[in-house]
Amino acid sequence: MTGLTHLTMAAALDGLAKKEFTAVELTEAHVKAVETIRPLNAFITETPEQALAMAKASDARRAKGEAGPMEGLPIAVKDLFCTKGVPTTAASHILDGFKPEYESTVTSNLWRDGAVMLGKVNLDEFAMGSANITSHHGNVISPWSPGEVGNWSRQIVPGGSSGGSAAAVAARAALGATGTDTGGSIRQPAAFTGIVGIKPTYGRCSRWGVVAFASSLDQAGPMTRTVEDAAIMLRSMCGFDPKDSTSVDMAVPDFRAALTGDIRGLKVGIPKEYRVEGMPAEIAAIWDQGIEWLKQAGAEPVEISLPHTKYALATYYIVAPAEASSNLARYDGLRYGLRVEGASLKDMYENTRGAGFGKEVRRRILIGTYVLSAGYYDAYYNKARQVRTRIKWDFDEAFKTCDVILTPTAPSTAFAIGEKMDDPIQMYLNDVFTVPASLAGLPGMSVPAGVGSDGLPLGLQLLGRPFDEETVLRVGQVIEKAAAVTATPPFMA
Amino acid sequence: MSLDKATVAKIAHLARIKVPDDELDHLAGELSQILTFVEQLGEVDTQDVPPMTSVAAQTLRRRKDEVTDGGYRDAVLSNGPETAEGFYVVPKVVE
Repeated sequence: MTGLTHLTMAAALDGLAKKEFTAVELTEAHVKAVETIRPLNAFITETPEQALAMAKASDARRAKGEAGPMEGLPIAVKDLFCTKGVPTTAASHILDGFKPEYESTVTSNLWRDGAVMLGKVNLDEFAMGSANITSHHGNVISPWSPGEVGNWSRQIVPGGSSGGSAAAVAARAALGATGTDTGGSIRQPAAFTGIVGIKPTYGRCSRWGVVAFASSLDQAGPMTRTVEDAAIMLRSMCGFDPKDSTSVDMAVPDFRAALTGDIRGLKVGIPKEYRVEGMPAEIAAIWDQGIEWLKQAGAEPVEISLPHTKYALATYYIVAPAEASSNLARYDGLRYGLRVEGASLKDMYENTRGAGFGKEVRRRILIGTYVLSAGYYDAYYNKARQVRTRIKWDFDEAFKTCDVILTPTAPSTAFAIGEKMDDPIQMYLNDVFTVPASLAGLPGMSVPAGVGSDGLPLGLQLLGRPFDEETVLRVGQVIEKAAAVTATPPFMA
Repeated sequence: MSLDKATVAKIAHLARIKVPDDELDHLAGELSQILTFVEQLGEVDTQDVPPMTSVAAQTLRRRKDEVTDGGYRDAVLSNGPETAEGFYVVPKVVE
């Protein structure tokens, strides 16, 4: 039954509840789909046996009347989440052979609620990238690439860093996938592949057991094909965890119940600073269209100002590498992963880390080491943390006059492998609209809004007040329904 | 800000990453470009602005100082590239 892989999570839950099919049948269809999409290189590790065992257990729970909120739904897991007994690579050579002895809190929550793991999906190495072209396990190809499968006329990137998650969900090989977002790594690939991706408020999802990149920014979130599915999966992923000191002890709302469609009277902030110079006409047009859709649904657009927007990327490219250089100090060739011998302990460290880290990761560790080094700490790192405070204040001020903010997700549609690759700054500009909310810790979601002249998806981004994912989801669904995008990737399982 | 080859070699050493000599020049160029890009932050008035330590308006929780878990020596060591008799093995550090 190939139709099973094209269901939404909500429809799959219905079908399972009505006994139209079993979790084993649903999982078998997806295991086959995972094989079908191998040319995209979306998966690093496929776990078909584990998937079928989990599906069997799920059917047994359902038969006993103990079905959880995601009972029997097959999903993919970004290979940044530690999964007990299953290789976890962070797409880096330096984690070769690493099999965690523990399970991340987020994946534990998903399995507790009945989800089924299809495998571990590809990403940029240590989640550092915006095109999924820095993985030690190879590039991920977007299912939107034109031409013959495997012999594409243009190899389109799925975005990054959660590129494998995005490709797997868009190509109908998983009903949803976990992603992580440090500066846009859920929202940008969601926009590039025409799916939904939400990064909740910092502190909503536990970071315990997620390979760390920049701890003050990293947040997990779901990537799905509809807003309703994102609400279902987000609820299972969130929750207080005493093992993460920044996890917030707050009740998790029933996000699905927030999807009322009623946004009458809501004030939608349109930040004037996001009309960046040189914004492509079709990006500006889809943004205007989004404003129009929300107006028609009874919301009121208001112009807002986020004056420090232009400094967000520079701030990010100090704060994130600084934290990364510290977090990645743990890869020492002693406790896990790769080890390259040397004459002394110091040589062994240097050889291991020299061979184990790819070029982008190395570049960021070196920048981070430099900005934290004696004599430069105040000029770079502290200055960036001060500007970060001002960026947060901008949002605090803006939310006094609006309830939610609407922007484009990315400054362009997806590009092809080989484009934008010579200049690191050019690549960093992909995150210009997503980074500010990361720095402020706000919830943000990308929703499919249309298709560009090149036939590739366009996304709109919604940003909310801290812990107000409900408004973000509600408004997001209004856009999703108004846009009613019917285009699908040329290559699907 | 422009970094020279010697500075890059020094940072690489601080970060304990071996960088082949023939890559230092190129890397110095890339890192200088990034540093030049971030220097625009100098334009921002940050007088009396506190550096952000956390986006969440909460203080870190404390917990009781007590043992609640443990006893996983073999599990902890299971991923070590080289272990012996319950220890990680490192290259000789004492002559």
